[in-house]
Amino acid sequence: MEHTCEEPRLPAPRGPLSGAVEDHLRATGPLPPDEEITAAPVYGDDFQLALYLCYELHYRGFAGVVAEREWDPELLRVRAALEDRFLTALRADARRHDGVDEALAGILVEPVDGTGVSHFLRDEGELWHVREYAAQRSLYHLKEADPHAWVLPRLWGRAKAAMAAVEFDEYGGGRADRVHARLFADLMTDLGLDTTYGRYLDAACAELLVTVNLMSLFGLHRSLRGALVGHFATVEITSSPGSRRLAEAMRRTGAGPAAEHFYDEHVEADAVHEQVVRHEVIAGLLEVEPHLAADIAFGVDATVFAEDRLGERLLADWSAGRSSLRTPLSQEFAHAS
Amino acid sequence: MPNSPSDAPRRVTVRRKGPLLVEGPVEVELEDGTVVASDRFRVALCTCRRSRRYPWCDTSHRDRT
Repeated sequence: MEHTCEEPRLPAPRGPLSGAVEDHLRATGPLPPDEEITAAPVYGDDFQLALYLCYELHYRGFAGVVAEREWDPELLRVRAALEDRFLTALRADARRHDGVDEALAGILVEPVDGTGVSHFLRDEGELWHVREYAAQRSLYHLKEADPHAWVLPRLWGRAKAAMAAVEFDEYGGGRADRVHARLFADLMTDLGLDTTYGRYLDAACAELLVTVNLMSLFGLHRSLRGALVGHFATVEITSSPGSRRLAEAMRRTGAGPAAEHFYDEHVEADAVHEQVVRHEVIAGLLEVEPHLAADIAFGVDATVFAEDRLGERLLADWSAGRSSLRTPLSQEFAHAS
Repeated sequence: MPNSPSDAPRRVTVRRKGPLLVEGPVEVELEDGTVVASDRFRVALCTCRRSRRYPWCDTSHRDRT
């Protein structure tokens, strides 16, 4: 992944909306009309890919798309219309709490008989499940911590200092070989997956796109800085126990040493990050901007909502013996370790 | 941290529940004499003794429901 700075290829469209956005990116056709934006199911493949394409211009862009498209006013207008529907849907569907403590209380306990994806992978996951999980998650983990870096200029004081410290840790504490995105690429290599950035965009399901679009939405808008912080806290709080189960899954399936290391590192790192995010970032932000409490709680709820949907989708497919991916992984998987 | 004077006191954060937070890097000497190290900016030391990565916190202190 770090061996090349080539831009990823545009994915296959998933309907008229994403198709029109791609045509516009290539300068070969018009943007989608407003009726199409309001008609497409908001959590569906076509809608979520269209939004993902808009967001990706702010990360690495696409091959054959001029970099200036990032600030194309016509495209930004379409993105805003998509975001408006996405945010409205999230506020209606995900919102459970008004207070930060109440929202966090739900994820600060560990269910004795949990049934999520990490439990499944630990207890009965096979190597093909682990490979699919890694391919799906690569859309985030190969840019791990990037969407959250956008919040830094919108914070100050304790919250800023603590957020920057956690991000520094995510970026390997100044060492390229410890950058978490790099550790994930090493995990992918263990699993015989292609570490090229964006390689599995075509394969990822709509539920996965929702989880990544949510971070980009919160990260790119200063008005959603509270939600971004709530989202980040949720990721850090839930990561440590989940990573412990995933590390066990990697060991049990013989995924390889780098695969084990990625999750082992997250058990330890995120136990620290959780403390720092709750007691410094959230507390620091609330100290100076107490009116953001409801937005922080929304960020927690929205993240739990999106992750639950993804978990249900993966488990539904796997328990039916089906692949969760839209395009199959290459079969020539020679395990090295 | 490059911005901290090296002679400044090291801060340890104590809470009623949860790990002890220490500014890194740290070395921890265990009962059997082995020394383990972490160079993270902040280190969470297990105080509940339930961690499977002792002496580092792995969130095992959390209530189970």
